[in-house]
Amino acid sequence: MTITTMPTARPEREAGAVSLRGKLQDALPKIVLAPSFAAVLVFVYGFILWTIYLSFTNSKTFPSYVLTDSRAYQRLWTWTFQSDPPSSWYTSITNLGIFGVLYIGVCLALGLLLAILLDQKIRGEGVLRPIYLYPMALSFIVTGVAWKWFLDPGLGLERTLHEWGFTSFHFDWIKNKDRVIYTVVIAGVWQASGFVMAMFLAGLRGIDGEILKAAQIDGATPVATYRRIVIPMLRPIFLSAFIVLAHMAIKSYDLVVALTSGGPGGSAWLPSNFMYEYTFKRNEMAVGSASAVIMLMTITAIIVPYLYSELRETNR
Amino acid sequence: MAFLEMSGLRKRFGSVEILKGIDITLDKGGFLVLVGPSGCGKSTLLNTIAGLETITAGEIRVDGQAINDLHPSKRDIAMVFQSYALYPNMTVAENIAFALEMRGVPKAERRLAVENVAKMLQIGHLLDRKPSQLSGGQRQRVAMGRALVRNPRIFLFDEPLSNLDAKLRVDMRTEIKRLHQTTGATIVYVTHDQIEAMTLATKIAVLKDGEVQQVGTPAEIYNRPANLFVADFMGNPAMNLLEASVVSEGGRTLLSLTRQGDDDIRLPVPASAAASGLDGRKVILGIRPEAITDRDGADRHAGTLEVVESVVEVVEPAGSDTFVVTHIAGKEVTARMRADTDAKAGSRLPFAFNLDKAVLFDPGTGRRI
Amino acid sequence: MSAAATTRTGGGSSLANRIVIYGLLLLFALVYLIPLFVMLVTSFKSMDEIQSGNMLALPQSPSFDAWARAWGETCVGLTCAGIKGYFWNSIKMVVPAVLISTILGSLNGYVLTKWRFRGHKLVFGLMLFACFIPFQAVLLPMATILGALGRFGADLESATGWNWGFGNPTVNLVIVHVIYGLGFTTLFFRNYYEAFPTELIRAAQVDGASFFQIFRRILLPNSAPIFVVTVIYQFTNIWNDFLFASAYAGSGDVMPMTVALNNVVNTSTGVVEYNVNMAAAIIAALPTLLVYVVAGRYFVRGLMAGAVKG
Repeated sequence: MTITTMPTARPEREAGAVSLRGKLQDALPKIVLAPSFAAVLVFVYGFILWTIYLSFTNSKTFPSYVLTDSRAYQRLWTWTFQSDPPSSWYTSITNLGIFGVLYIGVCLALGLLLAILLDQKIRGEGVLRPIYLYPMALSFIVTGVAWKWFLDPGLGLERTLHEWGFTSFHFDWIKNKDRVIYTVVIAGVWQASGFVMAMFLAGLRGIDGEILKAAQIDGATPVATYRRIVIPMLRPIFLSAFIVLAHMAIKSYDLVVALTSGGPGGSAWLPSNFMYEYTFKRNEMAVGSASAVIMLMTITAIIVPYLYSELRETNR
Repeated sequence: MAFLEMSGLRKRFGSVEILKGIDITLDKGGFLVLVGPSGCGKSTLLNTIAGLETITAGEIRVDGQAINDLHPSKRDIAMVFQSYALYPNMTVAENIAFALEMRGVPKAERRLAVENVAKMLQIGHLLDRKPSQLSGGQRQRVAMGRALVRNPRIFLFDEPLSNLDAKLRVDMRTEIKRLHQTTGATIVYVTHDQIEAMTLATKIAVLKDGEVQQVGTPAEIYNRPANLFVADFMGNPAMNLLEASVVSEGGRTLLSLTRQGDDDIRLPVPASAAASGLDGRKVILGIRPEAITDRDGADRHAGTLEVVESVVEVVEPAGSDTFVVTHIAGKEVTARMRADTDAKAGSRLPFAFNLDKAVLFDPGTGRRI
Repeated sequence: MSAAATTRTGGGSSLANRIVIYGLLLLFALVYLIPLFVMLVTSFKSMDEIQSGNMLALPQSPSFDAWARAWGETCVGLTCAGIKGYFWNSIKMVVPAVLISTILGSLNGYVLTKWRFRGHKLVFGLMLFACFIPFQAVLLPMATILGALGRFGADLESATGWNWGFGNPTVNLVIVHVIYGLGFTTLFFRNYYEAFPTELIRAAQVDGASFFQIFRRILLPNSAPIFVVTVIYQFTNIWNDFLFASAYAGSGDVMPMTVALNNVVNTSTGVVEYNVNMAAAIIAALPTLLVYVVAGRYFVRGLMAGAVKG
């Protein structure tokens, strides 16, 4: 038996010659990546610096590039403590506090509950799961429109219950300046909790069945198994879900606009609405920029440690 | 001049030196096996030959021509990967033909070449299948076919059998050996399996921590290990390595080995060691299990046979032989006895030491004396 | 492997348990479905029926009037030609933005996993962080740049008769979405290619394939799932975007769907036509809902990929 000979398969050898072509070949991967990376450097990091710069100017309707001082931040700082009557900034950050805590907390709790319920060998899981999750496919605008209608005291839930005979039922939060932020929470939770459920469900399905068998043999009740073994093992999922929800909460803008149009007297504002309004509507560009910088710093404080640890883990 | 020459090869990743000056040569048609524990740098060395990793210093020459700076595709080498690396989206035929296609070989020629290789490897009936539809052994054959079709100057194998089950591994080993014999190909082969190394190689290089420990024929490596590491690494069960001191008694130079709760053992110095100047020194006696037998099983041609009685600790029947473990010089010593030996744990048994096959090492440097 | 194995409690409580579990699941399913249900039935009702009837009641005489009005007649701002124009605006913006960002993402992922260079991690980290920034922090500079592009386009138009796309709001939004989507697409492909066997790349190198040949012949044919995931994710995100759309194409007939819908619903003039609003909202949601129904599995995978593991 002889081996097939393929004379044409033998490449010409350019002994030791490192040609220009070769150099180009070597640099090709970097050349391919470069435009994307440059775009990110300029349009993300460059623009962030630009925004920071603007926040130290006296820009009003149009950007001004004369550095003044930290006046914009000083004003935000003063407003932070101006609670009676509340300044727009005070409203925005307290709303973010309320919204953030409830939105994250309820989404996590509800998502975990649904995931655990769904993980009990449910007949029809394939039907139920998409039902919980579909709101995630809707835009905040559509979500806002739907809930605005549903929560409208004159036409929605309140009237429906009145018609059913619960005439004492009263639910006008969407028009109430002290309550309107909670309607944002309701719509937000409705939209995102199914997604959190999906994350937890994936986590539950990833747990080694032998560990659970061992717990059973050790005599753990189902409740104890979940409380002592399963839920602690879902810790990474809690972290991931928290990160996603937290950054969504801080970035939330559309939902407030569509659901409440800002609420009575801007009472439903979040910092993102504050930024948009001050920049584009109230001609206080410097203040708007300063608020954007504060939002950025808040997210950075949450995200950077997370990304750092994630990237370190995949170190190889 | 050898066909493949590696001289002074160094490779460092950051501050870690993976290869610390490798010098190995291989003649045309030779079968070089790089063997060593994981992390010894053998796969890195193979990748540097392939051009998949650059070298920090040194030179690789094929047929007298330096190939260091050539792109992998210009080196005229073919490689069989551990995972076979078959392209999942292509059929077997397309997989085998891919390299030819990349080199602009016309379609008709490609088909002919694929058919020839398929016939040689008996995979003609698989040509239209996708890799996912093949068994492990079939994938292995396709991977070899992909290398063979190129008719390259050198074949590289990166642990090609490690993903196969034990039976198939033995079959494929034979297959590879046959291919080497029939094609006369020059092969560099990486494995951590010392049996594979022994059966396949015409030349073995044992590596550890990025350094060559010993290069030689399988017999040289097995019978004359250069140091304690090679002695311990090659052979299964491993070579017995026993501390001994050299003493002079009655005009003879002997090895003395201590025993717990028993008399010391006296053994003659193996002929392989230069007997002079050893007096009073500590040495390590290396003796393979098959050189310690029951009295009847001993090699009749052995020049220096020494029978020692010792207490049996464990008996491990292995079918064709029985391995008997006893305790000498503070260590377990494995002897290879006949299958029908009547050794029992706790009994006292004569062990025949064939010192012809034994070697001595310097305990300080670890080198063979 | 399922946690369900542990929840089998013995005896008679089992049935009661199951009833409670199913009851809860169905109750929640109802809660999640109600808003969509209400939107749907309202869109088929007449205004009279909405004013007088129950929100949850089925329409007495279902009619597509509201849908037709939403699509072709309703007023967005001062123009009363329905939302159809804005729907197409969104399509014209989404399709190129999704394609470009996905292709660039796959190339980036390929380089960042299979052609690593010193500092690849830093590059990836910087691109990844870009996914998370609040876009408010780049809104103003981008507006300035797009304004400059617009002026350049106007000059170009007076010189050559055509603005070459400079200053076109749709083009602007494509640029913006490509840039701020790169982080996500790169992340998706990077994670997918990370798990793609490097030996295949090496084998192809030894076989003589070039950088692009390896990408086209080896990687692309095996990337279908991640392409689906990425396209769906980008499609949903860009279609649903409101912030960039309202900032850079917030008025006139260049608005994308989301902005137009918000204008329809939150209009302060005239009678509020709830049935038309609901029909418009459903039309706006239809493309993403459709994608979700057709490729839900990939949709979820995309969400997870965006959430778990950097």
